[in-house]
Amino acid sequence: MNTHPTSSAVTEGLAVRGARRPVWVVLGERALEVVIYLCGISAIIFVLSIFFFVFKEAVPILRDPHFHLSQFLFSDQWYPTSEVNKRYGVLAMIAGTVSVTTLAILIAVPFGLGAAIYLSEFCGGRVKETLKVIIELLAAIPSVVWGFIGLTVMSRLIVKYTGAAVGVNVLNGGIILALMCLPIIVSIGEDALKAVPDSYREAGVALGATRWQLIRHVLLPAAKTGLLAAVLLGVGRGVGETMAVLMATGHAVQIPHSLLDPVRTLTANIAAELGEAPANSAHYQVLFLIGVLLFVMTFVVNLTADLIVRGIRSK
Amino acid sequence: MFTETPHVRRKQRQEAAAQWIFCGMTASMIVPLMLIVGYLIVKAWPSLNLGFLIDVPVRGMTAGGIWPALVGTIYLVVLSLAVAAPVGVLAAVYLNEYARDNWFNRIINLAVINLAGVPSIVHALFGLGAFVYAARFGLSIISASLTLAIMTLPVIIASTREALASVPRSFREACWNVGATRWQTVKSVVLPNSISGILTGIILQVSRAAGETAPIMFTGAVFYKAVQKGDLFPYGLRDQCMALSMHLFTLSTQVPNVKESVQFATAVVLVGSVLFVNATAIVVRGYLRSRKKW
Repeated sequence: MNTHPTSSAVTEGLAVRGARRPVWVVLGERALEVVIYLCGISAIIFVLSIFFFVFKEAVPILRDPHFHLSQFLFSDQWYPTSEVNKRYGVLAMIAGTVSVTTLAILIAVPFGLGAAIYLSEFCGGRVKETLKVIIELLAAIPSVVWGFIGLTVMSRLIVKYTGAAVGVNVLNGGIILALMCLPIIVSIGEDALKAVPDSYREAGVALGATRWQLIRHVLLPAAKTGLLAAVLLGVGRGVGETMAVLMATGHAVQIPHSLLDPVRTLTANIAAELGEAPANSAHYQVLFLIGVLLFVMTFVVNLTADLIVRGIRSK
Repeated sequence: MFTETPHVRRKQRQEAAAQWIFCGMTASMIVPLMLIVGYLIVKAWPSLNLGFLIDVPVRGMTAGGIWPALVGTIYLVVLSLAVAAPVGVLAAVYLNEYARDNWFNRIINLAVINLAGVPSIVHALFGLGAFVYAARFGLSIISASLTLAIMTLPVIIASTREALASVPRSFREACWNVGATRWQTVKSVVLPNSISGILTGIILQVSRAAGETAPIMFTGAVFYKAVQKGDLFPYGLRDQCMALSMHLFTLSTQVPNVKESVQFATAVVLVGSVLFVNATAIVVRGYLRSRKKW
């Protein structure tokens, strides 16, 4: 924070010496500062309006007597376009999101944290800078390209090596999502390790600990909350990812029983069906309700991660 | 004389093993990436030429080039950053130069962080509800760019704040002490000293805006739009447009019998331009950091 010393002595002193500026300059500056203030609070306005507009479109379905929130959350029957008996249960898609994200995290966390440890403890100088640039570039690859890789490269590999009937499934989506979550886990994880004071390392080395012992018994315990935040941010990214899972997980609304079952996630479901749902139909409103659900889920995950990171910084 | 005991040797082995394991983990993240990018390029090679960039898609999009999508992406990126960059930079100026450290400021910070975490498909729903229907922009380039702008805003705020925070406090104090107001200080001391960092942050968002698909899919991007070959201004602001990311999605999932090399070439152009823009920004950033005198 850089606050200006608006002591009256300073300003009055200037005025006395005849340094008074033209009225329009002063007023212009005031106006500009109002604009700056409005931009400053724009983030709050946008978060609230995202919630408002998405929720507004979903409200009519909540008022519908045929719609039950418990059925929405706990039924796996998703037949939004059925003529006789429309059913809107998203349990299968929640299962899809959870299974793909869990697999992605299980793959990404060991590798991501391993890479973070390597970056922060084992390499230095030029190698470290190069690796960090590569990771930054890895993070920049658009999700639709990841989806394309899943659809073309990964699915062929999966069919070839597992003998699955279709290559787009939980495994494919999980691997693709893991590659997408890795950069964020590595960079936040490295920050967390960097935040461990050097005196801890020096104390460890002075006791004759090897680097592995140092990592295992000193650094990991000391940085564990920061590493947890890194994992949570990875989860947030995984839950919210749309295009890659839309293209890589197949299109079956079902609760998966194995890694090779195709699934559909919450995000992919919106992306796949929003174009076909007529505006303001019940189907359209339910898709917005799924949007509200996603908004709340990622909000909670990101908020938790942020509180953890903030907790570390203030220490 | 110091001789190695078995204990010491075990420790050394442990040390070497740990180093190799962590190095391997890092490599296993980067090597597949290199292989994938190489594979994409090899597959795309038959179609990768200048003609591909400036031709229009032909024969039901199964062959030809990507010109309309390329121009559409440029439209969307330029417009969305034209909105997001000024708002984002001014927001960061407010947060870093004006705001006091109180609960309200903390709420703004939380909002920025959560805005950055909103899933892209939820941004699409918001864009559809707010810009397409409520603001009556319809399915158009305006709606799509505004949706993208809100998506890139939090990251621009964060990177600009970082750039502003790197200007030493003593610079500001010197300026205040000669009687400058806050805005004069920001305008003539803080911004000139952080402009390079601010610009790199914005350039990094060019690639993000270019790569996003979900937010524009339902707010203004279309599968196909007839455009003259090489036409630089084929779209009006209220028109729908094609976009590179959307085009890749369409080619790989919606259109049957597309020539494989056309799909891969579209992917390579998208990845290539994104990585090129980012690499440039990173190099410039590194150069400017090395020249910094404080």
